[in-house]
Amino acid sequence: MCTGRVDLSYVVRAFLNGTDGVFIGGCHLNDCHYNTHGNYDALGMVLLCKKLMDHIGLNPERLRIERLSSSEGIRFAEAMNDFCNTVMNLGPLGKGEGIDEKELKSRLEAVADLVPYIRLVERERLRIPFKSEEGYRKFFTSDEFRRLFDETIAEKLEMSRIISLLRERPLSTGEISRKLGLTPSETSRHLISSARHGLVRYEESLKAYALA
Amino acid sequence: MEKELEKIEGRLVKSLAGGNFGDVMVVGGGISGIQAALDLANAGFKVYLVEKAPAIGGHMAQLDKTFPTNDCSMCIESPKLVECSRHPNIEIMTYTEVDRVEGEAGDFTVTLVKKPRYVDESKCTGCTLCVEYCPVECPDQYNQEISKNKAIHIYFSQAIPLVTYIDESCRYLKGRTCTVCQGICKNGAIDFNQTTEKVEIKVGAVVLSPGFEPYDPKMMGEYRYGQFANVVTSLDYERLLCATGPYEGEILRASDQKHPRKIAWIQCVGSRQVNPGGNSYCSAVCCTYTQKQVILTKDHDPGAQCTIFHNDIRSYGKDFERFYQRAENLPGVRFIRSYVSIGREIPESRNVTLRYAAAGDGVKEEEFDMVVLSVGLTPPAGFKELADKFGIDLNAHGFCKTNPLNPMETSRPGIFISGAFQGPVDIPESVVTASGAGSQCGQLLAYRRGKLANERIYPPERDVSGEDPRVGVFVCHCGANIGRVVDVPSAVEYARTLPNVVHAEENLFMCSTDAAKQISSSIREKGLNRVVVAACTPRTHEPLFRDTLREAGINQYYFDFANIREHCSWVHSKEKEEATQKAKEIIRMSVARACRLEPLQEYDLPVRKAVLVVGGGLAGMTCALSIAEQGHEVHLVEKDTELGGMARRIHYTLEGLDVQAYLRDVIRRVYRHPLIHVYTGAAVMEAGGYVGNFLTRVKSERGVTEIKHGAAVIATGAEVYKPTEYLYGKDDRVMTHLELEERIAKGEERVIGAGSLVMIQCVGCRQEDRNYCSRICCSESVKNALKLKEINPGMDIYILFRDIRTYGFKEDYYREAAGKEVRFIRYDPHDKPRVEAVENEEGRPVLRVTVTDPILGKKLEIDADAIALAAAVIPSADSKETAGLFKVSLSPDGFFQEAHVKLRPVDFSAEGVYLCGTAHYPKLMPETISQAYGAAGRVLTLLSHDTVTASGSVCEVDEGKCLSCGACITVCAYGAVDFHDTPQGRKARVNPVLCKGDGLCNTKCPTGAIRLKHYTDEEILSQIDAAWDTPAEA
Repeated sequence: MCTGRVDLSYVVRAFLNGTDGVFIGGCHLNDCHYNTHGNYDALGMVLLCKKLMDHIGLNPERLRIERLSSSEGIRFAEAMNDFCNTVMNLGPLGKGEGIDEKELKSRLEAVADLVPYIRLVERERLRIPFKSEEGYRKFFTSDEFRRLFDETIAEKLEMSRIISLLRERPLSTGEISRKLGLTPSETSRHLISSARHGLVRYEESLKAYALA
Repeated sequence: MEKELEKIEGRLVKSLAGGNFGDVMVVGGGISGIQAALDLANAGFKVYLVEKAPAIGGHMAQLDKTFPTNDCSMCIESPKLVECSRHPNIEIMTYTEVDRVEGEAGDFTVTLVKKPRYVDESKCTGCTLCVEYCPVECPDQYNQEISKNKAIHIYFSQAIPLVTYIDESCRYLKGRTCTVCQGICKNGAIDFNQTTEKVEIKVGAVVLSPGFEPYDPKMMGEYRYGQFANVVTSLDYERLLCATGPYEGEILRASDQKHPRKIAWIQCVGSRQVNPGGNSYCSAVCCTYTQKQVILTKDHDPGAQCTIFHNDIRSYGKDFERFYQRAENLPGVRFIRSYVSIGREIPESRNVTLRYAAAGDGVKEEEFDMVVLSVGLTPPAGFKELADKFGIDLNAHGFCKTNPLNPMETSRPGIFISGAFQGPVDIPESVVTASGAGSQCGQLLAYRRGKLANERIYPPERDVSGEDPRVGVFVCHCGANIGRVVDVPSAVEYARTLPNVVHAEENLFMCSTDAAKQISSSIREKGLNRVVVAACTPRTHEPLFRDTLREAGINQYYFDFANIREHCSWVHSKEKEEATQKAKEIIRMSVARACRLEPLQEYDLPVRKAVLVVGGGLAGMTCALSIAEQGHEVHLVEKDTELGGMARRIHYTLEGLDVQAYLRDVIRRVYRHPLIHVYTGAAVMEAGGYVGNFLTRVKSERGVTEIKHGAAVIATGAEVYKPTEYLYGKDDRVMTHLELEERIAKGEERVIGAGSLVMIQCVGCRQEDRNYCSRICCSESVKNALKLKEINPGMDIYILFRDIRTYGFKEDYYREAAGKEVRFIRYDPHDKPRVEAVENEEGRPVLRVTVTDPILGKKLEIDADAIALAAAVIPSADSKETAGLFKVSLSPDGFFQEAHVKLRPVDFSAEGVYLCGTAHYPKLMPETISQAYGAAGRVLTLLSHDTVTASGSVCEVDEGKCLSCGACITVCAYGAVDFHDTPQGRKARVNPVLCKGDGLCNTKCPTGAIRLKHYTDEEILSQIDAAWDTPAEA
């Protein structure tokens, strides 16, 4: 199994379980023990996941990837100690960020639901130009990526969060906007689009949206 | 089931017992003999492994840890012991000695004498009930007679075979007064009627691996060994350190059973000594094993004060220099360069005083709680009789006389040697020469390979698919490695409370044969269908446990390894409670995963019987010849336009061989061999494929060739550092040691006629940016000095050194040089020699070397006519590229990194790729040749099979979920996935032979249609969830 096999869903699941930090250790870049250079994919996943974490209000420092070889025991120990200190300083997941437990869970679930979609976006839209650590980091902080992220993933994430809210009970546009911190017009846009896809419907009797 | 198994076992026994006829007999069951036996057995030969002790394992089984990785010695050796005992082509005969060897190569008759154990091996179960009841206590040999054992006992707890024996202290044997054991044994295994038995066995070749005997310090009374209670040998100390030792891993003094706090080591005991009772050679391993013992002592007791009295520190091996620094930098550790003598024993405390010369402080006497004698290696016991029996010659030191151009060869054809009988060597060298001796047996007996060999037979697999998971958890103490930190009984208790766990137990060593038997019988008796072993690492031990499952009749993929040693006890040794908690969590995760495991089938892949050897130096050519001699095609790729590599620049060896004549002969044999294809001016452009089926594109003077091969050997050599120091390149009187050799060979007057010549050692290495010793330079300089003295006895030669590292028998040449008045002056790395080009008083241009003489304590000025720099050996420039092409790794110093420093010294982690020569690390020519044969031997263990087995952990597609998006196809670097047409349209399909199980495609598939078996989402997520007591809803 390659670092590239570490799925976004695994990381999200770990956070859902309440872990305060996730560390991924793998081979050095360009020193792949398979032929695949899957460690670049792992790096891409981590950078994307950090962006998602940032988007839902989690500190991206809670996720770290380090490349180490089997002959670097001392470096490994240093990396682990350093990461542990970082996470300790951040405090418990959610509490450190000031998000309540239920809200955090709903946000993470929204991300988990989105994993298959993210894979499609990754394949169709995320074309990372250079196979170098710098290239990756540059790309994931570029305006182009930010735009893509907002257009595709962020958009869907909001829809996903609306749907998970509606799972509990029907809500009005206003209530949804308040809970998610969106403007009413953004919320309506997502609701109309979701209704068109047959995911939600408007309950006249309740004056609220409910799951279809 | 039980009956079926017995039947199978019966068949095996019968087929082995057939006619006392085999291919090779390996004499000596230490690590070298074991490796030789395994390699030969895996290469299709039937092997008899004969050991004079009651169990195989040799001295390595007595060691606590091994340098420079501090791997637990038993932990790495034990899987090999078990493999030997399980191998269908190896018959182990312990407590057996060779009486005589008649016949000739290809047709030897060996007469063996089997000593009576007074225990029927086939009946003893190793339950040790008899040991409990035996009334006679006698010194335990395995524990260096520090503690007691019984007259009937098992040699050591992981012994192979795991059966008891009765030694001469037995009351019945002495006076027929006691038969307690006979009464107690339920199986009637005790048999006092056994007598010495003679057995004749016919074999085609013999590998002699009798090992060494530790030097007995009683030979020199001044060491007071045996007189002062707290003077011990390093082997005694090794047992004291060890969890299975006399005090279960506590370092205690014999006099009062207290922990020594102040310990001294005395180096070179019995080595580098010309006085009576000593040996003149260097024992090659003591410097580094002492550093290991110091590091381990500090692990046991961080407050311990350790002092090492030494001569030169000989850290000449791979990673030894760093190991030395590690020991030296520990607090409370002193390395003192001084002669030392044992003073007196203080009557009250039984402490021992040592007298030594303190720097600038005269002679000092200091008291120590314990003194460890770093004893050297001597020839095996009874070496003269041994030589007579085998009809082989010995050298002046009593070791086997060997041919430097083939260190595995003896004076009698068909009899090869491996290991420390060649002279003092460490474990990797013993393993390399074992594989090398194996390869040469293969050359001799290629015609009969596979004729007597058997395949392993397993019972049919039980179908458990309809059953609920029934997990068995087996928790290992790993001696003290785990047990000292993790509360194992509590982990076992905890495991019993986990869902689906129906059985849990502990064992001191899960990897021992009796534990394996225990697992296997638990599987059968308790109906287990999943097994979790909580112990060490799958890297070394997974194959063993998987095999245990197969033997117990369940699919081997129903096994999961919980690593509570590397991942827990080793890193949390100071936090025992937390470590125990973590171990429980690791076990919980492992059990969760185990419940989801599925049975998988493995694939047989064909092996292409051709080999690619990269590098046409002496290593590559020797390896190629040995492989070709065994009937396989070899493609030899050399980047230069001529074969020969670095050896082309070497003209003679310390032993006085004519290297160029030998090299010409080897090159001629390579070119003449019909199975060897030579590509010169060549470069590897592309390398792909996998074990058994590589495809490499080579561009050479012949154009571009596509080579299909089953194995590859990396023998790309090393280079010499081009110094920037000491006026090199600015003044042509300054040259490297290699250039000096070339100029001597050419008879250049300026060099051989020089009045004065200075050699400076350690140029470009043993420093921050190249933190290793180049190993060969001391011998090289001594060699050049002796040659110059031979040509021009009047020449003044100075060798400026940090430590002279003429290890092993090379020490004799160092002494010879000193005797011929070559002046050796030690310099400090912080006060390096200075070189200036000046004119002397007579106006003659000279190179003035200024150096501080530590003995005189003042600056010396030497006017030299020439200077030779012992320039570092550095990794070849294209190592990185080659490593990338063949997917192998490099060490921190840039040399190729073997799979395991000790036990897989010529293998890479990448299967089917091997290495030899200076690409691995600097080494002398005989060592390079040994390694080349060793690599050939390893290649043959692969090429002797028609197929290799590929893992069952590959991807598969659930066509129902496949959307035909092609994401998996794009991402697969092996081209293992393609589309095929189905009634439901195009669907992705995996070729399991090409799939390498990296699982990258799994993270790209939007519907989860492609899954990596053995690492499925369900399996991994269940493990992630189990990391928390209350996981989120799945």
